[in-house]
Amino acid sequence: MDIGFHGDNFKWSMEEKGTKSAQSLIEEAIKWFRSKSIFVIAYGTGCGAIEMPPTFTSRYDAERMGITGVATPRQADVIILSGYLAYKTLRRVIRTYEQMQKPRYIITLGSCPINGGMYWDSYNTIKKLDDFIPIDVCVNGCMPRPEAVIEGFMLLQERIKNGEEAGWEKYDKELEQYKKNQNKALGGHIEPSYETDWYNMNSGGVA
Amino acid sequence: MILELILLIMLAYAVGFIYYGLYRNITARIQGRYGPTIYQTFYDSIKLFSKENSVSYGWMFYLGPIIMATGAVLTLIMVPLFSDGEYLKSITSSSNLFVLLYMMVLGPLGNALAVGAGGNPFGVMGVTRGLTRLMGLELPFYIAIVALIIANGSSSISDIMQAQASGGWNAINHPCLFVAAMVSMVGFMGASPFDIPGAPQEVYSGPATEFSGKFLALLMSQGSIFAFAKLVLIVDLFLGGADNLMMLVVKTLVIFVSIIFIGVVYGRYKVDQAVDFLMKIPTLIGLIGLVRIIWFG
Repeated sequence: MDIGFHGDNFKWSMEEKGTKSAQSLIEEAIKWFRSKSIFVIAYGTGCGAIEMPPTFTSRYDAERMGITGVATPRQADVIILSGYLAYKTLRRVIRTYEQMQKPRYIITLGSCPINGGMYWDSYNTIKKLDDFIPIDVCVNGCMPRPEAVIEGFMLLQERIKNGEEAGWEKYDKELEQYKKNQNKALGGHIEPSYETDWYNMNSGGVA
Repeated sequence: MILELILLIMLAYAVGFIYYGLYRNITARIQGRYGPTIYQTFYDSIKLFSKENSVSYGWMFYLGPIIMATGAVLTLIMVPLFSDGEYLKSITSSSNLFVLLYMMVLGPLGNALAVGAGGNPFGVMGVTRGLTRLMGLELPFYIAIVALIIANGSSSISDIMQAQASGGWNAINHPCLFVAAMVSMVGFMGASPFDIPGAPQEVYSGPATEFSGKFLALLMSQGSIFAFAKLVLIVDLFLGGADNLMMLVVKTLVIFVSIIFIGVVYGRYKVDQAVDFLMKIPTLIGLIGLVRIIWFG
């Protein structure tokens, strides 16, 4: 099994010797707590959704490492995108991602979000998801087994603990570029707008 | 006294979080999983406190968790921890059961106001379910408490505890009342089969759907403080209170673990099924206990 990296500076803050101020100690502690507690919202696209139930239930039990499923994007830290994304799905994913609270991370399963996978020739799926939203960990395979999914999570925990630059920081920094790509792919329709409710069709919301 | 109050809240916070960690661990073991450590809820709480919060629905939305936490802390400081002794008495000498019952309902009402301001349909569904369930839950619990007040001729929790020191536990003297109050307590603690408001797979997280970061952490913290206060209340009223911290932990743990076991074994009721059940069987058992006290002493 292979785990791809996105993000280049690979720094090990724990190895820095010398005295630390109280503030940096608190920051280290918060990083550690963040890595120990990961709330996941599973966005089951494509075929990878089938690998998530065994990951979270009795057979592989991700909860022993503090990885728990939650129901809403507001409470989640990590979103799992488990396969290919159609353009229509991408709109929802972008909205869900922007509803999550920082710090937020993305894990993708399978080869489709990396390069299109077997859908490389398709007219309505996206090829490289990293152009539209920043991926933190890609778990390769078609499909990755639950062991590989858990290893992806452990890699993310390690990266959070070491304080490496995460996807959401990159998203904040290069928002212009991401929005440009999104608009190009989606034809400028990244709505629904945030003022309307999803169930209120009359005021311009999209169901 | 202020120092005692702060110490009391910290104690309830720590014990409540460890109990909830134990809850997750025991549930996992029963389901054949390894389960998280018992400090997991503490990790979750610290992480949530360190998260950013960029959701805004106006000040009422933020006030809700604070009202809930106020209700939980007020309940906590009105329940005497130990039957006698000098420490951690806070304001229990001037508290009584009637005020306590009012304070216990403060939290759900604050939650309803906040979720109404948020406008998330799943939150509103959760609150509607919760308040409907509360009608059923309160009936047997209040019958049991009113019967205890009649039996002891006093609405002070300390008096009821002192009466048990000489006359034996209320759980043995009045078993019907104990059963009625315990069935209600399973619901008050949010365990199955009465975990209707925040039912996962049905209404997402129910009232907590739109809360994130610090406010979710505040909801979790007040939940664990409130749970500890409710457990101590049951121990005080029915199991004779406790003389020291060790005894208190043992007695509350026995009740908490039995509630976990009930919650893991049973599935979830629908709203109408739960209210139907609570208004029939525990209420009837409580009424039998009440009649027994009034007519036979």
